[in-house]
Amino acid sequence: MSLIVKTITRLIVGLVLLFGIYIVLHGHLSPGGGFSGGVIVALSFVLMMLAFGEDVAVAKISRNLASNLESIGALMFLFIAILGFLGGSFFLNILSTGTPFKLFSAGTIILSNISIGIKVGIGLFAIFLALVILEKTKRER
Amino acid sequence: MEVHILLIFMIIGAIVALEARDLLSSVIVLGVVSFALCLAFLILKAPDLAITQLVVEILCLIILIRATIKRDLPLAIEGRWIFNTISTVVFICVFLYFVMLALRELPVFGEPIMAVVREYLEKGKTETGAVNLVTAVVLNFRAYDTLGEAAVLFTSIIGIVAVLRSPGKKKD
Repeated sequence: MSLIVKTITRLIVGLVLLFGIYIVLHGHLSPGGGFSGGVIVALSFVLMMLAFGEDVAVAKISRNLASNLESIGALMFLFIAILGFLGGSFFLNILSTGTPFKLFSAGTIILSNISIGIKVGIGLFAIFLALVILEKTKRER
Repeated sequence: MEVHILLIFMIIGAIVALEARDLLSSVIVLGVVSFALCLAFLILKAPDLAITQLVVEILCLIILIRATIKRDLPLAIEGRWIFNTISTVVFICVFLYFVMLALRELPVFGEPIMAVVREYLEKGKTETGAVNLVTAVVLNFRAYDTLGEAAVLFTSIIGIVAVLRSPGKKKD
């Protein structure tokens, strides 16, 4: 990509990532949540890959790390579900709900949002990575 | 009123996307349709859906443009176009008849049946502590559905990565 795209990307890619994390963490207070925040996190990596090429992005998150993180996100969500059995039933909100309108409230909802955010963000990035690598190998052949 | 303008806009966009000559213009017009859908969600006061629609649409546009920008696939429109057109029109008429029958049974727009929702709206904030009631329903009252969605997404990602894995199979 050209110099303009690289410079602008270097300036805003951190802000995009930060906004995605903000959407994930404030899912129980404002519109958004794990899925949309995770997609924004994936978009920041996609932006970096489009501007600087796949080698830079793969250096940040390798393929093994991506698959590990995605499995960790899915298992964490399942673990939160099973944690409800301590109180008696599946997906019971066993942590204290806290005061409304505070960041650390709503019990397990914030943990579920974080796990879904990790899973969706890394998973969609892995799809894009697989498509790009496929095109690269096709070109080399 | 604004929703109707957006709906007409979306229908025109969908027809243009069907009739466009090359694939890239079709993809871009499809993006226009999706952004109009995002605006419609905002007007109908569903910001959660609007955010999700917007970001997913941007990701889909990037992937589709990157997948289609180098290929110029010609459209196959020659052949039995009279038969195709007549059968399509007949199918659309039958479909619209059943839709009309189904839509008569739905509650009036803007006046939902408050059977289960009333309990969620009354107890949502005190029982879960989440101010955003959509998240309270999705991740607390109906979290089992969300677990199913997460499983579907996980399975689809595994499938895509398995199909598109880099070495591929070699023909010998």
